[in-house]
Amino acid sequence: MSFMTWIDERFPATKVWNEHLAQYYAPKNFNFWYFFGSLAMLVLVNQIVTGIWLAMAYKPDATLAFASVEYIMRDVEWGWLIRYLHSTGASAFFVVVYLHMFRGLMYGSYRKPRELLWIIGMIIYVAMMATAFMGYLLPWGQMSYWGAQVIINLFQAIPVIGDDLSVWIRGDFVISDATLNRFFALHFLLPFILAALVFVHIVALHKVGSNNPDGIEIKKGPKGNRWSDTAPADGIPFHPYYSVKDIAGVIGFLIIFLAIVFFAPEFGGYFLEAPNFEPANPLKTPEHIAPVWYFTPFYAILRAVPSFAGTQVWGVIAMFASIIVLFFLPWLDKSPVKSIRYKGPIFKAMIAMFVLVFIVLGYLGMMPPSPVATLVAQICTILYFVFFLAMPIYSKMDTTKPVPERVTK
Amino acid sequence: MSSQGVDLKKRRMLITATAGLSAVGAGFALVPFLSYWQPSARAKALGAPETVDISKLQPGAMMTAKWRGKVCWVVRRTEETLKTLQENTAHLADPDSEVPQQPEYCKNYHRSIKPEFLVAVGICTHLGCSPTYRPEIGPADLGEDWKGGFFCACHGSRFDLSARVYKGVPAPTNLVIPKHKYLSDTLVVIGEDEGGAA
Amino acid sequence: MKKLIAILSLALLPLTGFSSGGGGVHLESADIDLTDEAALQRGAKYFVNYCQGCHSMKYFRYENMQDFGLTKGQIEQNLIFGDHKVGELMTTGMSALDAEAWFATAVPDLTLTARLKHGGADWIYTYLKSFYVDESRPFGVNNVVFPNVGMPHVLMELQGVQEATIETDEHGNNHVTGLKLVKPGRMSAEEYDGVARDLATFMAHVAEPMKLERQRLGIWVMLFLLVFFVVSILLKKEFWKDVH
Repeated sequence: MSFMTWIDERFPATKVWNEHLAQYYAPKNFNFWYFFGSLAMLVLVNQIVTGIWLAMAYKPDATLAFASVEYIMRDVEWGWLIRYLHSTGASAFFVVVYLHMFRGLMYGSYRKPRELLWIIGMIIYVAMMATAFMGYLLPWGQMSYWGAQVIINLFQAIPVIGDDLSVWIRGDFVISDATLNRFFALHFLLPFILAALVFVHIVALHKVGSNNPDGIEIKKGPKGNRWSDTAPADGIPFHPYYSVKDIAGVIGFLIIFLAIVFFAPEFGGYFLEAPNFEPANPLKTPEHIAPVWYFTPFYAILRAVPSFAGTQVWGVIAMFASIIVLFFLPWLDKSPVKSIRYKGPIFKAMIAMFVLVFIVLGYLGMMPPSPVATLVAQICTILYFVFFLAMPIYSKMDTTKPVPERVTK
Repeated sequence: MSSQGVDLKKRRMLITATAGLSAVGAGFALVPFLSYWQPSARAKALGAPETVDISKLQPGAMMTAKWRGKVCWVVRRTEETLKTLQENTAHLADPDSEVPQQPEYCKNYHRSIKPEFLVAVGICTHLGCSPTYRPEIGPADLGEDWKGGFFCACHGSRFDLSARVYKGVPAPTNLVIPKHKYLSDTLVVIGEDEGGAA
Repeated sequence: MKKLIAILSLALLPLTGFSSGGGGVHLESADIDLTDEAALQRGAKYFVNYCQGCHSMKYFRYENMQDFGLTKGQIEQNLIFGDHKVGELMTTGMSALDAEAWFATAVPDLTLTARLKHGGADWIYTYLKSFYVDESRPFGVNNVVFPNVGMPHVLMELQGVQEATIETDEHGNNHVTGLKLVKPGRMSAEEYDGVARDLATFMAHVAEPMKLERQRLGIWVMLFLLVFFVVSILLKKEFWKDVH
């Protein structure tokens, strides 16, 4: 009896390998945009491993935190590399996930039967934002402190319970040692929940099968390929074909990622912000504060909405709505086709506008406010919501091209 | 699955190359993570050689210092003690310090540079407790034969005033003598000798 | 599709450029060279003599000056005042309470100044050259780069005394439009620029001591990954012959 037989009688190792890799048939026409799922997993692993190592020398204490980060950077052997891998990894995670989400948007990967897959992905995204936000407080620099101050004060805008809620979140009347300590605990916990969610995301993916740039269900097409008579004709085994392809993708990604780590870890002040090289000072706000780049589109929406009727809650509502609306995407798109390849000019124009609006909002969120900037941000905020809320109308009235029966190259 | 037209040799070669490069990459990637656990610059700075002023030390008395976070003893021994240490060796496990628990220049009956002063790391070689200094002769609890020395209360190990271990006790070897040197008659540096820092 | 990628990549371009504005004051280029050991050594000497009386570098260890060619013995003899050991951090002798009393503010630690200030070494260089006489200030001097700075011009004996040409705009705000040396110090202007440059170099080094090491290492990492990339592409191409 072979070793693998012994194992397989006790644990379905070969079965899992075949079902999810060697005999998992993925569409053969994946393009560049299909690298980012595996890359997101790679970055998550990087964040967890470097994060655990950082936690071995970091002190979640308001009097020690800033110095302990410099201790890691200077006194701990190779601490600087681990820290830069983690700080660059945080931004890389969002780059990769935004591109992964944009892929879904382009090819209609959220459409039936993948609605739940999309929603699980959105939950991952929200959990990721929470993790990043809490992690950003930990270096206890000026930007950490005041960024957290501003974001937690958002909750204060909630009518009736706002004040009590924000005090409860902070555990104090201002951001303090108590806040830092609990954010550290949660920042350590959340990545493991993220990893579990990623597992669920993949389980859902393998139930429905991957979408592809043509938006064609290969399972509904003809059967039979060179590996199996019953497998979809347009499918190829994930292993070895996509495993070798993803290896090349990973190395390509590492070239860019490590080039930033080794040659530009601050990335011009976007990945490590200059004011964060000064310890948190509750008595002095830096001249200009802004969240890290990956939050700025939503921050710009927050700032674009003025206070009225005596409360600033509207901006907060708009900001949260701009994220929540993404959850409903599967039911907003009424187009008869999935992929942008077969959608008409209106949808293409709208998606181009959305990309532009998202980037402009991201840019404005980093800039100090000015009357012109606020006006532009307000227009962009409206367009952001128009893209989603008008989608049931324009996706239905748009022309479409005929979808071929088989995937194209 | 058909393998027509597949250059298996080329595939094997490329798989080997990829696996090899992955292994090399993973090996290099491991270095920072493993090195991270080494003593940091701060730990090293705190563990730097320690200078001790022994001018106030009376004959028969002991003082303690800290080097690398470990307790270190400096004992000023009397003439009688030194005589006992030379003669009374039958009950010792390693009277001539054959086991390298000391720098070469301390491999002698007094296990020190100057016979009068003993510098030793006060950590029992059994399981790391710190023994007690018991200079008195023949106390009730240690017995008539006790000529003064160090007694480890954790597991009962006994050492003489040259920090040499007794036979038949849990501790296997003599106590460690750190590198040390004299800056003057009254200043001794623990953790560094003429050959450099430990 | 192609257009979208083009838009995306264009949109990412400006991410590399604009963040280092702020302040609005023109900074002179210090043109520092982090590999210049002599400049780093001189900068360290000026720092411990002129700055460390009040300012600490409390995340930097004296012994790390070995990175730019000094021995432990040289550091101990020439650069450590007081009873610091060579492995210890460069704290200052002045207590925080004294600082509050003398300067009415906490004296900032200077370890990370070159990373904190927009312009980095250029900011430090320009700052050191931009003190001018202003009797309205507690220490009799002000600074163009750091208006209403709370410290005296410690290097005045070297640089001399500068006066500012001040213009008042239509709103009644004063602007410094130029600086003029009215009383020379011990050094010529060129020599003093050298001091400012050496200090900027030293402080840039201290702000990120591993910078040169990470760049050196990065080149090897890139070379390794490029080789790996070629092999991985060949591997992918070989397997995908089955598909096409």
